[in-house]
Amino acid sequence: MTYSAWILLTASLVGISCGIVGVFLILRRMAMMADAISHSVLLGIVVAYLLTQSLSGIHMLIGAALAGVFTTFLVQWLHSNNVQHEASIGVVFTILFALGVILIATKAGNAHLDVQHALMGEIAFIPWNTVEIPMFGDMPVATLILLLVLAIIILIIGLFYKEWKITTFDSALAASIGIPVLGMHYLFMTLVSVTTVAAFDAVGAIMVVAMLIAPAASAYLWTDNLFKMIVISSIFGILSAIAGYYFAVWIDSSISGSMAFATGIVFFISFIFSPRHGLLSNKIRPSTMKS
Amino acid sequence: MSDALSHAALPGVVISFLIFQEKDFFLLIIGATISALLGAFLIMLIKSTTRITSDTAMGLILAVFFGGGIVLLTVVNRNSNGNQAGLDSFIYGQAASMIWSDVVITTILAATVILIILIGFKEWKLLLFDPNFAKGLNLSIKGMNTVYLIILVLTIVIGIQAVGVILMSALLIIPPVSARYWTHSFRKMMWLSGLFGGMAGTIGTTISALGSGWPTGPFIVMISGLIFLLSLFFGAKKGIVVEYLIFRNKKNEVLKLMPPAQIVREGKR
Amino acid sequence: MTDVLQVEKLSAAYRKNIILNDVSFTIPQGTLTCIVGPNGAGKSTLIKVLLGLHPNLSGDVSFFGELLKNVKKKVGYVPQRGSVDWDFPTDALDVVMMGMYGQIGWVKWPNKSHKEKALDALRKVGMADYANRQISELSGGQQQRVFLARALIQNADLYFMDEPLAGVDAATERAIMAILRELKKEGKTVLVVHHDLQTVEDYFDQVLFLNRTVVAHGAITSTFTANNIKKTYGGTVRWLKEGIGIVHSTI
Repeated sequence: MTYSAWILLTASLVGISCGIVGVFLILRRMAMMADAISHSVLLGIVVAYLLTQSLSGIHMLIGAALAGVFTTFLVQWLHSNNVQHEASIGVVFTILFALGVILIATKAGNAHLDVQHALMGEIAFIPWNTVEIPMFGDMPVATLILLLVLAIIILIIGLFYKEWKITTFDSALAASIGIPVLGMHYLFMTLVSVTTVAAFDAVGAIMVVAMLIAPAASAYLWTDNLFKMIVISSIFGILSAIAGYYFAVWIDSSISGSMAFATGIVFFISFIFSPRHGLLSNKIRPSTMKS
Repeated sequence: MSDALSHAALPGVVISFLIFQEKDFFLLIIGATISALLGAFLIMLIKSTTRITSDTAMGLILAVFFGGGIVLLTVVNRNSNGNQAGLDSFIYGQAASMIWSDVVITTILAATVILIILIGFKEWKLLLFDPNFAKGLNLSIKGMNTVYLIILVLTIVIGIQAVGVILMSALLIIPPVSARYWTHSFRKMMWLSGLFGGMAGTIGTTISALGSGWPTGPFIVMISGLIFLLSLFFGAKKGIVVEYLIFRNKKNEVLKLMPPAQIVREGKR
Repeated sequence: MTDVLQVEKLSAAYRKNIILNDVSFTIPQGTLTCIVGPNGAGKSTLIKVLLGLHPNLSGDVSFFGELLKNVKKKVGYVPQRGSVDWDFPTDALDVVMMGMYGQIGWVKWPNKSHKEKALDALRKVGMADYANRQISELSGGQQQRVFLARALIQNADLYFMDEPLAGVDAATERAIMAILRELKKEGKTVLVVHHDLQTVEDYFDQVLFLNRTVVAHGAITSTFTANNIKKTYGGTVRWLKEGIGIVHSTI
């Protein structure tokens, strides 16, 4: 496969993974948690690096996943101690992120690890770092990891589809019929963390937030069916990734930044033209149905 | 909200640099202000016209604006003539890169913000506590919210230079949350919060000066985080230790209150 | 008649505030009980504590003589309508099917027969025509009926309903009451948090006055008296204080 093809494939994988997870993220009103986790995984990665002295994918993935769960746990704990939800998110992730930056600046300064890379990611380098897969040939490491993560996401969301649906829609009922709501919450946040860190190399932590939120929010404006929403969201994710890539190549700019920007364009178009919830249709047909 | 707005300020900084081709602090601040306000406007528009909830709208604007800012920043870096260095410091904060005139501008803006808060102190209090009642007293809610938004953006913009867009929200959130653990009075909370923020700024900056290339922002945030932890556990009004003692007493009270059943049920049938 | 629910000396708190104190009562099978009391009396909290959705400080609860976790499938719950996000992307039929998720079990997906059952339940509450309607487009009363259909499909023996009659139109109120009576006829037991004292006598056969603790409980004919209403709603504070006074003198 060619250089561009690998990049497009990798970016599309990010788009699909984030698109699926993002739908549940925004329906659970956890959009800001994505922002928080995308920042605090930095600490997980730095700590994993300091402990193992290696930058291998698997250590990073585990470190980041733990950091994500830790963030979720701290936010939940502060919230149960009377701090408003939004404020607890703001307190937790900024402190963890600051700690991560300080560790990099003081301890890991000469490593390959730099904040710039972690936050912005650089998809352009991905095709150079490959592993050989039997029967297939060389494949970029980041792409392989993303494939695995996507498989995990589809498996976990697919297997427990109706459990995710009910805990998201009506957690009280879910709890009353014996579904472990809190456990599902942590599982979901682990999924968000793993997605975040897998997408890390490709689009960088900050851009993951765009990929998680914008395609799902756009899809929310096009359909009233959860399953369709997931499909549309994934398609929007792919579209943004591809459009963002070519835009970046065209003006010779940051690929990840441009992908994030593309998700914004997709949302903007949905926001105006969506047949049911868009700005135009609301102007033409004032929403009388809404209660 | 503060997090979204501080991220949304980034493209403004870069655009203003692109237009004027110089790193004039004042011009950059104006750019930042405009783009943060635009972000705020878009968040409210999305929230009020669609079924998308406010946290989603905020995350969306935050990420998209920041992405746009990064795109522009790389464009600037490519066309650079050498004097763009320092724009990066808007992302992570580098108080050391500030020059004397920046300090003057920051001081003036900060003083303005404090003044606006002090002048309308009791009106702000009412607005926060009971907006409907405030409306009844002929205060313009819309007007006050707009003024508040503007001073919020101003505060963010002046803080960005020191701590960067990513950590700016920490300075807005952590000190007041910490202060809440020490007092129930709105006025005291405000002063305490200011004090905590000032302490974190002073100590954090001092520490970051100890090592070469140590960023200011993260140290300031860590110090305020420390203050928060202390407040969380030992705060006199709502600290965990205090709460626990109260809760234990309550539980004992309940156990003691368990009376012989017939007494409590004297009302039954 | 056997007792399907036994509550002994239950107490619960939100942070520093004790919401329920020494609540004890038993509910016999086949009754239609309403729980009434002023705002903040702990009605919703009581249901949440009974169902294990909110921790209790002390006390025991038994369902059909067993712990809740052993008989979860025999207990149905209708939360307050306002507790969910009606903008959730799904239709009425799907919401009703959620009632069967407990029976379907983990991992398995709902199939055709589940769909049929859900349609049946919607028919019972007069909502069959709205099966594929997006839930945000339903009126408040219709949403409540969907919730009721979802409870019916759980096929439980004991139902808890939190304010099912709050803010619904007259037609919905009639439909809901018809179904509650139907359930009673089938030997099922229903506990309803209710807010409208005017309709208590027409709709229910048992009443439980609650204000932090059980003020009175029994058949409507003997218990729904002006005196008890006053005790629950009017003389609240005085009664509690007297209670505490007595306790202290005996210890």
